[in-house]
Amino acid sequence: MGRLALKDEILMQVEKPARYIGNEVNAVIKDKEQVDIRFAMCFPDVYEIGMSHLGIQIIYDMLNQFEDVWCERVYSPWVDLDAIMRREQIPLFALESQEPIRNFDFLGITIQYEMCYTNILQILDLSGIPFLAEERTWEDPVVIGGGPCTYNPEPICDFFDLFYIGEAETRYRELLDLYKKCRDEKTSRKEFLERAAQIPGMYVPSLYEVSYHTDGTLKERHALIKEIPIKIEKELVTDVSDTYYPEKPIVPFIKVTQDRVVLEIQRGCIRGCRFCQAGQLYRPVRERSLEMLKAYAVKMLKNTGHEEISLSSLSSSDYSCLPELLDYLIETCKEQKINISLPSLRIDAFSLDVMNKVQDVKKSSLTFAPEAGSQRLRNVINKGLTQEEILEGARLAFEGGWSRVKLYFMLGLPMETEEDIEGIADLCNQIAAVYYETVPKEKRTGRVQIVASTSFFIPKPFTPFQWAPQCTKDEFLHKAYLTRTAIASQLNQKSIKYNWHEADVSVLEGIMARGDRRLNKVILRAYQKGCMYDAWSEYYKNDVWFETFEECGIDPSFYTTRERNDDEIFPWDFLDCGVSREFLLREWHKAKDESITPNCRVQCQGCGASRFRTGVCTEGGRGQ
Amino acid sequence: MKVRIKFAKYGTVRFIGHLDVMRYFQKAIRRAGIDVAYSEGFSPHQIMSFAAPLSVGHTSEGEYFDLEVNSFTDSKDFKKKLQSVMVEGIEILDVQPLEQGAKNAMASVAAAAYLVSFRDETILPALWKEALLDFYAKPEIPVIKKTKKGEKEINLKESIYDLEIRTGISKKGQETVPENEIYLLLNAESGENIKPVFVLETFFQTLSFELPPFSLLIHRLETMQNMGTQEERRLVPLLWEK
Repeated sequence: MGRLALKDEILMQVEKPARYIGNEVNAVIKDKEQVDIRFAMCFPDVYEIGMSHLGIQIIYDMLNQFEDVWCERVYSPWVDLDAIMRREQIPLFALESQEPIRNFDFLGITIQYEMCYTNILQILDLSGIPFLAEERTWEDPVVIGGGPCTYNPEPICDFFDLFYIGEAETRYRELLDLYKKCRDEKTSRKEFLERAAQIPGMYVPSLYEVSYHTDGTLKERHALIKEIPIKIEKELVTDVSDTYYPEKPIVPFIKVTQDRVVLEIQRGCIRGCRFCQAGQLYRPVRERSLEMLKAYAVKMLKNTGHEEISLSSLSSSDYSCLPELLDYLIETCKEQKINISLPSLRIDAFSLDVMNKVQDVKKSSLTFAPEAGSQRLRNVINKGLTQEEILEGARLAFEGGWSRVKLYFMLGLPMETEEDIEGIADLCNQIAAVYYETVPKEKRTGRVQIVASTSFFIPKPFTPFQWAPQCTKDEFLHKAYLTRTAIASQLNQKSIKYNWHEADVSVLEGIMARGDRRLNKVILRAYQKGCMYDAWSEYYKNDVWFETFEECGIDPSFYTTRERNDDEIFPWDFLDCGVSREFLLREWHKAKDESITPNCRVQCQGCGASRFRTGVCTEGGRGQ
Repeated sequence: MKVRIKFAKYGTVRFIGHLDVMRYFQKAIRRAGIDVAYSEGFSPHQIMSFAAPLSVGHTSEGEYFDLEVNSFTDSKDFKKKLQSVMVEGIEILDVQPLEQGAKNAMASVAAAAYLVSFRDETILPALWKEALLDFYAKPEIPVIKKTKKGEKEINLKESIYDLEIRTGISKKGQETVPENEIYLLLNAESGENIKPVFVLETFFQTLSFELPPFSLLIHRLETMQNMGTQEERRLVPLLWEK
């Protein structure tokens, strides 16, 4: 039995001490004398969030399959422990060995959302690793970032030695071998990074320089050494059925957000919604084989003992073997009373039938994501969901006994007008009306419950809307106000509940999303002034953030409210996610024309992803 | 049919709370492939009953729960299956089928035995051992006990069935052997449960000494049922050789 890094007195003082003790079922313990590389994999948020992330489980499993590597986990200590660790100068430690992170060879950080940037600094700070990559020596781990936010890594590029662009399954072995070689040859840390930058998918920010025009936009970037590429192409798994996937995911002791087996059925999405970053980044869509999924479902349930399995993908209804997979899962799960959860399913006769089979008789609520209130605006965003489909789906659901409906919308989309916002209220009202038309009085169990939620739209890199202006905070709040009053004036307003997001944090997220290298100093300064856990509204300090922008002489609106010219060079343009800039620009112009684009299965749009020669791009002999 | 399972909890898992231990076993039972019975109804769950919750931070070698199963071959096989899916620090000690109509684990609990030691004895008042034995020798120890409904005055002495000072013994998952240990046998009936911390805090108050926070190491030795009467108790472990 290993020692714990924290004394009993500390563990007894903090909330949920089980966050810090490791030793969970399926956690991997190795003999540290028998491995060459110690890898700490980090999700910079609290344990319950980090443990729910599939990507880390995949990487953890893969790295631990390598005999010479021991991969451990580390999460952000919650604010209570954070304060104690600072006061008592306790170094941040990995869960498995309980040893300080600073002694590791690598610190890998997955960067899933912009609002975790200050938590990255918390991790470095508590570990005793210098914030700035340029100040690190071989005494420090190599700090490597991955995940969706690395598709614009520039705002945090000073804090990372390198970024891994794309899917982790492909290049880690090569990188680790290079690391071992360099350590054996006793090369400098700088030389290791220079050589790492020559591995496909690796971006070493310190090896590139950028310059700006007087108006603040990017002028050019160049590499400081000739051996490295100026454009970095993302890494991608071509055969998703024959690759790493955890058979024995870790089972936390405490209840985490995702307390279930997660079966990723496919990667990518054929839909091409213009606001959606994931829909572009993970192109082309690649399905895992039915055989693989069946086998993993059984093994993962057996090895975890979870009572629920969830299918994961951006749009599960598009998975071509979905009926076969569900039949198999229903049959397998029946005996052991295992729940099947089906997020991201289009509501239609098929999905309602499936949900009837897998869910409790107590019907949970159904979710629609129209995203915009009018057909015109849905065309602008290329959300291929019509009002008829929504109303028909609702009618079928009400007939099937459901009486709660959740609806998700975005406010602040490009080209949005007041009519579009009123359309949100009108759609909610019509759904309520469908309920009262469909369900006879004697069968009603009270009022239908419609919950409409709006989030504020934030333009993201590598989407057709990367050129679009973002709303100001006041515009956001005005739109939320219009939505609220429009809902309140509906006939069925008593059946409709409306929730909206905070506007402050959406503005900051927008700045970070399309930010550049000049933001590094703002983030560091904001952290030093106490900003942390920005994704948690109770700890978000808006005043401090905006005070810091001013202090650093940076105008936040440069990053948000400005419409970009077609030919502006973006800070992230040096990355190649597979989808070409020409395609995105074409889509941006089509959005302005309110013109829709068919999905990948209907007609290839020549986005550029076909060069990977896999997935939907090669279906039916296409693209060969 | 019902099976009673006895387990130990020590080492790092002492920081897992009672509800999470229950969740842990629900998943472990699935991993072990045990033919467990599920309740009827909309959200079926395993039919289990835990004897007495153990506070976070305490260790134990006398934890119990009952489990309803559809089939049962033999104790050895069951124990082996369950043990094979345990984490370090949770150990299956015994498994026995229960007789038809036996009271469930929770309802059976009458008392619990503990070994209590101090993280750092040097901070204690001089002659505390003598004082503790004097304290226990008193015929009456009036105390205010906080309950869910409010506060009530009870005679603590009636709930302390035994108290001894013993030489410390080594325990799994503990690095050091304490010099002295206090053996406590306390009432653990539902609604009457007395925690060892409460006894020792009460005692040290009589010496006008405030126990520093987290200074006690508490180990549950056994959870007991009463095979005698209310007047003449005969306390035996929840699983015992008749």
